[in-house]
Amino acid sequence: MMKGSMIIDGRKIEFDNEKNILEVVRKAGIDLPTFCYHSELSIYGACRMCIVEDNRGNIFATCSTLPQDGMEIYTNTPKIIKYRKNIMELLLSNHDRDCTTCSKTGNCKLQELSSKLFMQEVRFESKTRNEEIDTSSLAIVRNPNKCILCGDCVRMCEEVQGVGAISFAYRGSNMKITPAFNRNITEVNCVDCGQCRAICPTGAITIKNEKDELINYLNDDNKRVVVQIAPAVRVALGENFGLEPGTITIGKIISALKYMGVESVFDTSFSADLTVMAEAEEFVERLEKKENLPLFTSCCPAWVKFADFNYKELSNNISTCKSPQQMFGSVLKKYYQEKDKEDGKETIVVSIMPCTAKKAEANREEFITNGKKDVDLVLTTQELSILIQQFGINFDNLIEDSFDMPFGFASGAGVIFGSSGGVAEAVLTRLLKQKPSVSDKEILFKNVRGLESVKEANFVIDGTEVRIAVVHGLKNAAELINKIQSGEKTYDIVEVMACPGGCIAGGGQPTPMDEEKRKKRSNGLYTLNRTAQIKSSEENPLINDLFEGLLKDDHEILHVHKK
Amino acid sequence: MKINNIDEFNTLKLSLEKAFKNQSKKIIVCGGTGCVANGALVIYEKFKMICEEKGLNVETILDLHDDSPDKLGLKKSGCHGFCEVGPLVRIEPSDYLYLRVKEEDCEEIIEKTIINNLPIERLMYKIGETVYASEESIPFYEKQSRIVLEHCGHIDAESILDYIAVDGYSAFIKALTTMSPEEICNCIIDSNLRGRGGAGFPAGLKWIQVLKNQADIKYVICNGDEGDPGAFMDRSIMEGDPHRVIEGMMIAALATGAREGYIYVRAEYPLAIERLSKAIEQAREYGLLGENILGTNFSFEIKINKGAGAFVCGEESALIASIEGERGMPRVKAKRPVEDGLWGKPTVVNNVETYANVFNIINRGSDWFKSIGTEKSSGTKAFALTGNVMNTGLIEVPMGATLRNVIFDIGGGIANNKRFKAVQIGGPSGGCLSEQHLDLPLDFDSLKSVGAMIGSGGMVVMDEDTCMVSVARFFLNFTQKESCGKCIPCREGTRRMLEILDKIIEGKGTLEDLDMLEELGDTILKTSLCGLGKTAPNPVLSSLKYFREEYISHVVDKKCPSKVCSKLKVIYIDEELCRGCSKCARVCPVGAISGKVKQPYVIDQAKCIKCDSCIGSCAFAAIKEA
Repeated sequence: MMKGSMIIDGRKIEFDNEKNILEVVRKAGIDLPTFCYHSELSIYGACRMCIVEDNRGNIFATCSTLPQDGMEIYTNTPKIIKYRKNIMELLLSNHDRDCTTCSKTGNCKLQELSSKLFMQEVRFESKTRNEEIDTSSLAIVRNPNKCILCGDCVRMCEEVQGVGAISFAYRGSNMKITPAFNRNITEVNCVDCGQCRAICPTGAITIKNEKDELINYLNDDNKRVVVQIAPAVRVALGENFGLEPGTITIGKIISALKYMGVESVFDTSFSADLTVMAEAEEFVERLEKKENLPLFTSCCPAWVKFADFNYKELSNNISTCKSPQQMFGSVLKKYYQEKDKEDGKETIVVSIMPCTAKKAEANREEFITNGKKDVDLVLTTQELSILIQQFGINFDNLIEDSFDMPFGFASGAGVIFGSSGGVAEAVLTRLLKQKPSVSDKEILFKNVRGLESVKEANFVIDGTEVRIAVVHGLKNAAELINKIQSGEKTYDIVEVMACPGGCIAGGGQPTPMDEEKRKKRSNGLYTLNRTAQIKSSEENPLINDLFEGLLKDDHEILHVHKK
Repeated sequence: MKINNIDEFNTLKLSLEKAFKNQSKKIIVCGGTGCVANGALVIYEKFKMICEEKGLNVETILDLHDDSPDKLGLKKSGCHGFCEVGPLVRIEPSDYLYLRVKEEDCEEIIEKTIINNLPIERLMYKIGETVYASEESIPFYEKQSRIVLEHCGHIDAESILDYIAVDGYSAFIKALTTMSPEEICNCIIDSNLRGRGGAGFPAGLKWIQVLKNQADIKYVICNGDEGDPGAFMDRSIMEGDPHRVIEGMMIAALATGAREGYIYVRAEYPLAIERLSKAIEQAREYGLLGENILGTNFSFEIKINKGAGAFVCGEESALIASIEGERGMPRVKAKRPVEDGLWGKPTVVNNVETYANVFNIINRGSDWFKSIGTEKSSGTKAFALTGNVMNTGLIEVPMGATLRNVIFDIGGGIANNKRFKAVQIGGPSGGCLSEQHLDLPLDFDSLKSVGAMIGSGGMVVMDEDTCMVSVARFFLNFTQKESCGKCIPCREGTRRMLEILDKIIEGKGTLEDLDMLEELGDTILKTSLCGLGKTAPNPVLSSLKYFREEYISHVVDKKCPSKVCSKLKVIYIDEELCRGCSKCARVCPVGAISGKVKQPYVIDQAKCIKCDSCIGSCAFAAIKEA
């Protein structure tokens, strides 16, 4: 469509369908600063940092200008540098610059660009706002005083998640981002996915930090702390320690937790296997009876909450299976019942999740048994990283450890739960009589893997054709549901993950993240899947042991019983 | 009564023209906002009552069934423009203009002027001993060229019948029956009609681009979100000649292939909304809006969208967002509204006055239009003339008229025998011009070259008692508050500039502050996202340029030469003159004055709030300002 070449800082650069000059400039190896530009969101044009000057002296923002053949631009003329620094200075003058006590410090875009632009002074009187910090949510904390009004969170919430829990209010320098009518975030339709936090360049939206609770539990002699770790954590946590996205660090994570005093560390992929078993059973039953189809997956608590808000009519379609986190919580609490009686300790189940919504999920009333939460504490990848640093653990030099038994062994199917398409693939693998080989799987499940927003595939199981859809991003989910409800599309099973790419890009993961990082994290999980000793959930001997033993006659604890 | 085809329209038009002539006398009460606020509607009702009492054949709506030749028309017109001296009443055919008419004058007007054809001098405009009987002879009107405003003050603003009687909708019929869409676009392009909303972009170019962009739906939007303080041109057109605007939009729709139109009017203009709504309703009733207009295959509908009071919604992308139900914030898009406008469809956005010009361009041709004004700015421009000028009101002059023409010839010069100091033109986006610019022609490019702009046409004249720093602060305060807050330079930059101006006004400014104002102004001007930010520093930058010595007085001498900035005033008691009566000490609200009776009193400068109460109280003129 748009091809040609332009001169950038004296160098000829070819462009080919780039959607704006900014992309062309970045392709040319010049990293123009931006706060509000994200390729997956709409162009907002507010931060004005990506301005350049053309050969006629015109100054414009490159994010919102199309490249034109023969154009000649300069990215760092004295004028441009001055303007950029002035804009930055204006932004800083109005910002709560208490960096030393900010949880975003070291990972803050404002700090980073301020340093890159070599900001040495702010000539204006500091005007920090004194807005109330919204701590009402179980998932995130909103501190408007650190907000630079780039609008990234607003667009993420609306354009990607289709939620629109927050937006702009007031004018001019009184503008702020807030839930409707200045309510708390819990008083609106927030689903706790934490994508706003994941995209926020500053410390204005952060994870609800509960790491100290773990320390308290660990130092309480009457408590036994056992931990479960979700698959997506192991391919992302390393980024906080200088490793490439997708690097598998599970051995070190287990080691670190043991160092802190955790008694046992288990693998949530194990309970994912359990989920596969329960969900496959449920699906086959529905398929035979032809009722409550399509079956929607229930692993993602942000999706479940989104459906609670918007699609009450789907409540019978959503799987009654607990999510892997909550299944594990129930199983562990049951497992440790006798031991607790024996040694007089209370077992505390802590989960390490890539997800902020899991924090809220653990507090849902259906997951509280006799006044005690099935999962006592949920920490995100980020909180665990902080703990590791706080404990002074030299992550690089940690000797790798392995999961504890009897819940420390998972099939390859359980591991890919962390990536969009993983749940669907695992359930199908369970149902297929003829287990595909690794190379066959690459072909067979090609259509459900990957980062496309909606994926579709058809499989024949026991002579019946099963139509499957995999969707991530709640806005995509809403659009798909509309198509299902209008009759345009028909499926038997629909996997929904709220976060773009699935749990690997959850709201509790290291930031910033982009498409590239998501791909690498996802690839990490599929590597684990390929190299797993057993491929399908029902082949997991520990699962069979569990069904024969602890769960004999008690499959009900695997299902949600709404109160 | 729906008009089904062109023939029926022409028949109706003929009878309306006759009926209009049959109103051999007309009382036209100004129904513009200013006059209404001063009681024009009460006067209108009073006239009606008196006429009925006296058994006069009074007609408020053209009556096609009453053929009697000597009817008295009583009309509520649009703004006559001379708001300063309202409520205005015009009598036709003598063209007498009565000023400041009160309820108790109505009887006399009917008795003397209507029944006995006698003028009432005491209600007429006078300069010294000279009485100006007819409206047209008054210098305020004589020097104007009222083309867009030609109906304002002459026809009933609420009647489609009056509008058709004075040739209304003839341009639409001409375009509909004799011109292709390309021909209409080319006619507007040839006329060089530039957008009257501020930027001066050629309207015809927008039209032809929308015409060429293929789409299932296209839109025509009329921007009536006139938000500049002191501007009321568009308001007066919408209130005074709503059908003119509708007709312009219909022609734009014909030219571009649009079938839906929106008029975006600020909610603060209730009368404009009421009259436009009525006009749309009437046009629909007569088959001029809706499906298959006049039996042709052209269909067009107009909806009114009320703005919720944000200045920035006058910016076209914010206006579009607002119509779509989004927050009124400018959008950045790689494509312009002509390609990607309302709901992503090709959209023409023009302002009220631009559409109001279309009628005459189509009817009289582009050459006629180009013969008015200057080479690059054709036609006329309406201005809202306000401030310290003798005659305030709504005026219309050919482009290229000078500031001197407007302020001195039409405006009658500065009021109260004061000296001219400055004129702020173009509202908060414009600039403060000084005496050296009085002979500058008023056109898009000349004004831009001196750091001002026509904007929508607000013109605030200021006399020697005006403090330019305070004026700049006033306008910047406005834009700062009305900034949507989206882009950093405008949101934070205007706030910081305002802080500096406040500092200067309080006597705490430094010369470095002036440099900072210029640096920030330049950054905001060059890097802001939309037109609001890109022009917000203009009042400050232009006043800094043309009235720099006044800023220097504030920051170096800590004095406000115009004695406006109260914090810079020093009030003191002249020891020689003070008799020690203690009156000042008793009136001082903050107890800043003390002393012993019969000895000179003293003002504690730290306590003084410069309220001037003491000055007024002193019987010996002993208290002075410095």
